[in-house]
Order: sequence, then structure tokens, then C-alpha cells
Amino acid sequence: MYAMATFAVLVALGIALVRAFLGPTVFDRVLAVNSVGTKTVLLIALLGFLMGRPEFLDIAIAYALINFIGVVAVLKFVKYGDFAHSGEELGGER
Amino acid sequence: MSLALDAASWLLLLAGGAFVIIGAVGLIRMPDFFTRLHPAGLTDTMGAGLILLGLLLQAGWTIVAVKLAIIAVFLLFTSPTSSHATARAALAAGLRPLLTGEAGKEKDRAP
Repeated sequence: MYAMATFAVLVALGIALVRAFLGPTVFDRVLAVNSVGTKTVLLIALLGFLMGRPEFLDIAIAYALINFIGVVAVLKFVKYGDFAHSGEELGGER
Repeated sequence: MSLALDAASWLLLLAGGAFVIIGAVGLIRMPDFFTRLHPAGLTDTMGAGLILLGLLLQAGWTIVAVKLAIIAVFLLFTSPTSSHATARAALAAGLRPLLTGEAGKEKDRAP
């Protein structure tokens, strides 16, 4: 039962990676990597259940947190070119 | 009782897996960045929600179920936020949605 869901998530992971490679703009890649991150969270949770290791879910929680922060960090880096900006003085529109 | 739980979680896991694959295929086939936002959001909310719910039924009233609920609630909050942030960043960078019928050639003026 878990194996089929795990297989489905793995196939979807591969397809999302293809979009990450093909993606013409950097934002397609950010979207694909965000989707890969969410699927990895699901994969970790499913593997935790598949192998009878409930502590995997802590890893999945941490991964979900970091995935979100990573996406926002990449977006800030794409917009401002570096992390030093706070966004106000460059006239960053709201 | 446990048979009903197993059957329900089995169904939920399959439906979640199907939605995850549908979202991934949608990510490939959509012509433009802004149309791809929809399947990406679809996987995050529907696919993840059903799979985590299926696992939740299997976990029963344990701490594992609490962790699964935490993951589900967290994904529910952050996935729309990250999709929104990506869309705003794309618009700020000058990427315009594909409005008229020129689906063939993808006009991407983003850096």
C-alpha cells in the first residue's frame, strides 16, 4: 500500500526534475524545485511508514520548514542579486 | 474496524499518489510559467493532503499522528505563500502571463 504511493511520488519527483531542467526561466526552476521539495517531504513520511521508523517524520517536518525558507531565499537572491539588501532602499515595490 | 481504516487509508494513499502524478504531469505540459503555478499548487495541497491523511488513518491516536498533522498544516500554509512569492517575483522581473493564443512560442523576457 505504501509502496504504490511511494512509487507514485518517485515518478512525480522525476517528472518535476525534468521541468527543473527544461524550465526556460529561473522562476520555472524555482517552482519545480519547490515541488520537488514538497514531494521529498512526502517521500520521507512514506518511507518512514514503509520501514516502520516513525522518527522519519521529524526529518520530514524539518525538511518542509527548510524547503519553504530555501524558496524564499532563492527568490530574494534572484530579485536583488545578493542577500545584503533589506529591500527598502532599492525602491523594492511592495 | 481496522479493515475499514485500512481500506480508507489505502484509497486515500492511491488518490493522493494520483494527484501528485497529475500535478507533476501538469507541471510539464502547461505552456507558460503562470499556468504552471496551478499544478504545482495542486500537488502541494491535494496530493500531499490526501497522502498525509491516508498515513494519519494508519497512525491512529499516537504522537506520529500529531507529527503528520503538523506537516499537513504547515504545508497548507506555506505552499500557497511560496507560490504567491514566486508569482510576484516573476511579475516583478517582467515575466508576463501568456494571454492571447500564442501558446506555441513562449514569450519569456525574464533574465
